[in-house]
Amino acid sequence: MSGKDSDVQIFRTTVWSGGPGCHGGCGVLAHVKEGKLVKIEGDPDHPWNQGRLCVRGLAMTQIIDHPDRIRYPMKRVGERGEDKWKRISWEEAFDTIETKMKALRDEFGPESGVFIMGTGRDIGAWICMLAYAYGSPNVAFGLSGNACYGPRVSACATFQGDYSVFDAGQWLPKRYEDPRFKLPETIMVWGYNIGACCPDNLFGHWIIDMMKKGTKIISVDPRFTWFASRAEHWLQLRPGSEAALAMGFLNVVINENLYDKEFVEKWTNAPHLIREDTNKILRESHLIKDGSEENFIVWDETAKATAIWNTTEMAFANSVKPALSGRFKVTLADGKKLWCRTAWDSLLKEVEKYSPDEVEKITWVKADDLRKAARLYATSKPASIQWGEAIDMSPNVTPTAHALLILWNITGNNDVPGGNVIARYAYDVVAYALPGAKGVIKLKDQALDEPRIGADRYGVFKNFYWRAQTDVTLEQIFTEKPYPIKSLWIQAANPLGALGMDLKQWREALKKVDFVVHTDLFMTATSQLADIVLPAATFLEKDSVRSWWVPLQTMKKIVTVDECKPDPEINFELAKRFDPDFQYKDLNEILDAIVEPSGMTFKQLQDQVYSYPPEGHPSHPYRRYEKGLLRKDKKQGFQTPSGKVELYSVHRENWGMEALPLHEEPPFSPIRRPDLFKEYPLLLNTGRRSPAFFNSEHRQIPWLRALDPDPTLEIHPETAASLGIGNGEWVIVENWMGKVRYKAKATKAVPRWMVMAAHGWWFPERNGKDPELYGIFESNVNHITPMGYQGKDGLGAPIKNLLCKVYKEASAQEPLWVPGDMEKKKPAARQAQAKKKKGEHHNG
Amino acid sequence: MAEEKTDYGLLINYEYCTGCFTCMIACSQEHNWPAGMAGMKVIEVMEDLPKDKAYLAYIPFPTELCVLCAGRVKKGLKPACVQHCMAACITHGPIEELAKEMKGKKRTVLWKPR
Repeated sequence: MSGKDSDVQIFRTTVWSGGPGCHGGCGVLAHVKEGKLVKIEGDPDHPWNQGRLCVRGLAMTQIIDHPDRIRYPMKRVGERGEDKWKRISWEEAFDTIETKMKALRDEFGPESGVFIMGTGRDIGAWICMLAYAYGSPNVAFGLSGNACYGPRVSACATFQGDYSVFDAGQWLPKRYEDPRFKLPETIMVWGYNIGACCPDNLFGHWIIDMMKKGTKIISVDPRFTWFASRAEHWLQLRPGSEAALAMGFLNVVINENLYDKEFVEKWTNAPHLIREDTNKILRESHLIKDGSEENFIVWDETAKATAIWNTTEMAFANSVKPALSGRFKVTLADGKKLWCRTAWDSLLKEVEKYSPDEVEKITWVKADDLRKAARLYATSKPASIQWGEAIDMSPNVTPTAHALLILWNITGNNDVPGGNVIARYAYDVVAYALPGAKGVIKLKDQALDEPRIGADRYGVFKNFYWRAQTDVTLEQIFTEKPYPIKSLWIQAANPLGALGMDLKQWREALKKVDFVVHTDLFMTATSQLADIVLPAATFLEKDSVRSWWVPLQTMKKIVTVDECKPDPEINFELAKRFDPDFQYKDLNEILDAIVEPSGMTFKQLQDQVYSYPPEGHPSHPYRRYEKGLLRKDKKQGFQTPSGKVELYSVHRENWGMEALPLHEEPPFSPIRRPDLFKEYPLLLNTGRRSPAFFNSEHRQIPWLRALDPDPTLEIHPETAASLGIGNGEWVIVENWMGKVRYKAKATKAVPRWMVMAAHGWWFPERNGKDPELYGIFESNVNHITPMGYQGKDGLGAPIKNLLCKVYKEASAQEPLWVPGDMEKKKPAARQAQAKKKKGEHHNG
Repeated sequence: MAEEKTDYGLLINYEYCTGCFTCMIACSQEHNWPAGMAGMKVIEVMEDLPKDKAYLAYIPFPTELCVLCAGRVKKGLKPACVQHCMAACITHGPIEELAKEMKGKKRTVLWKPR
């Protein structure tokens, strides 16, 4: 590539927020002239995106030089929410934060500081570094039930030791052309309109690449999505009934004998015995006085006796033929005799409750459609499942994930080419504590983790998910029990409008806390309630590392914008101030420490932009459980208590949770609350992606806003007609929590019984002053979505399975936004610093 | 030069267009168009079919502003929309060749912009 202008320099780097907002991974060529970004394109040589780049990546020139960007640190000079700000220097900002937060730490303890981040972007490592240097374990992901990705990752860590994702050859530089890769015959796309977005660190259109080569689709979605339109089978399930449908798949696959018996016997804990008296797993300690609690028991068909599965040795003492099925009488250490059955039979007993006919009653999916889809999935070799946030956004997330994970395992699709492949961090480079993995950045002393919010209540938070539980955090801000929350550090997150549900509560919470810092690219409702606002940098303005599966990637600082500072630099400076013994002297040293397992220094890695781990490395597929690449002891198997994929979960038993998958109704479903359903007869769903926006971001970017200008409610044309609502008319969506205003889009994309409200809507072009707060209470469905209904294990929340009624707005109001508005109106906070800009676009 | 005599066009395999709008913004960036203007427009078509069925199609349509990225093509690059299309469903080339490519393919349309 060469620019016509000789003074244009082209840099290769990696997309990973801020800017496009997404989970990143795309390789780009950034064209820079006189220190300014003039153009950005996809890198045709990058294996990840192969030259492609989405609208949010391509809009970087409008994002990076947007007149409303926060360009200098600011401090509040009026009351909270008054929108009165004064520009300050970085030195003053750092000094103020240091003084204030140290004083709060001295008086209330380090755990009184809560550090809130948003979705998986280049923030986790740095916010953990800062929180841990402060001495607080309370890093929170500001979404109710932490209901995005983390619950599925935790579930996978719980049941199979590692996370799995659909295989698109993303581990191999030659991708689909690599002979080791195999094209999946079928992909089941479950609750994921992936074409419109790339969440969970996957490039959505990889699925489309594979469809072109012949992959078939099973679509599980209440919406008639692009995938549903092209699927062999489309299962239009009722939101919130996911686990029942997954159990229905297991029912068909097992009853029709479509499972991989060899895999089940060898690699799952199906043969381990379950006590009939307690329904708990039989342990060696039950049989032998000094036996281990961590060894499990099978019935040896050869010896007609129990045999001990030693989880330290990952072996039986002798040659054993474990029974997969059956009832066996065993003798306990005290001589008592007891009936046991295998974990496989226990699972079957549960699965039997979910016949396709029974599942039809719960899910509204026709029994025959389920049978056909299950047969296609189970007979496709290989097949994969791609699951989306719809799984997390139900309080029953963990059992749902358990059922689906069992499905891909018992059909022999775990870590095989074209199946659900185990996603390891490249070269085992783990920057910070993630569900299931501890990283370079950690708390100095494990004792500091003791007060982490929610860890006392929820086993999965204690063992795997090293975050504060969000709903409990919000509750604790008000109750101050068992200790008060005194400061909030909010970075690359927008709890008041995007991540937060029940926005009025978050508004009160932000106002109640003594000291709030917000770091972001643009002012939001959250920043309006902060004391200090710091200007963050986009991915083109920072040096950093991206360690999220494969490949290992880097970002390069190629431009700077006024006084905007990259999150790693901001947090590094404050970490040093908070912790006098902070072990790293500069950022480069910590970047080196993070990438050290790759055998490269950060600079070396940055010079080559990205790197793929070689064959034989645990982060390189396939069939790693056979090769002893998954466990720390290098033995075959998985990193679980039994070393097997756990159909019956030992962790869940230890945490007092159901050890087998099951369906439980969400709290506001028509089945659970027929009373509410009478008054609110439409199912309210939310969270569908817009290609133009990343959650609440990009409403102020002219190119992007023009693609999706108004908050939209999808409603079936017949439902709309029956309510006297015309296409494009403004409507009120109401439930027990309040009302919001939307523009109706009459479309068969939704069933007659459900509406889909776009989430995270606000109007950056409007007044930011409290209580208007850029209109966050007007057209944002989050406002009528509750907090505090997280799952029994603290994970998942009823975000996509609520109820509402819809009616036409009484009097016509002006459209909320017309093109050109955002160029004319500037929020007060921005006017002070908006630079005089010459026309951003010429008219061609 | 040969290009002056050749008629160029865009072949769209709309079976795979997902409606991601990339072609539009790729064009807006390339040619510096303001918001709402681009050499491509993506049209959503929800087709009603018998038995309460439907088909959801997106059709990228080259507008009056499409110049087939003559400048890029001269440099040996693909048009901005073609390179960035997330579904890789747009092909640029001489219309005779594109017409041949259509043979045997479903759901394709060949555009020759102004």
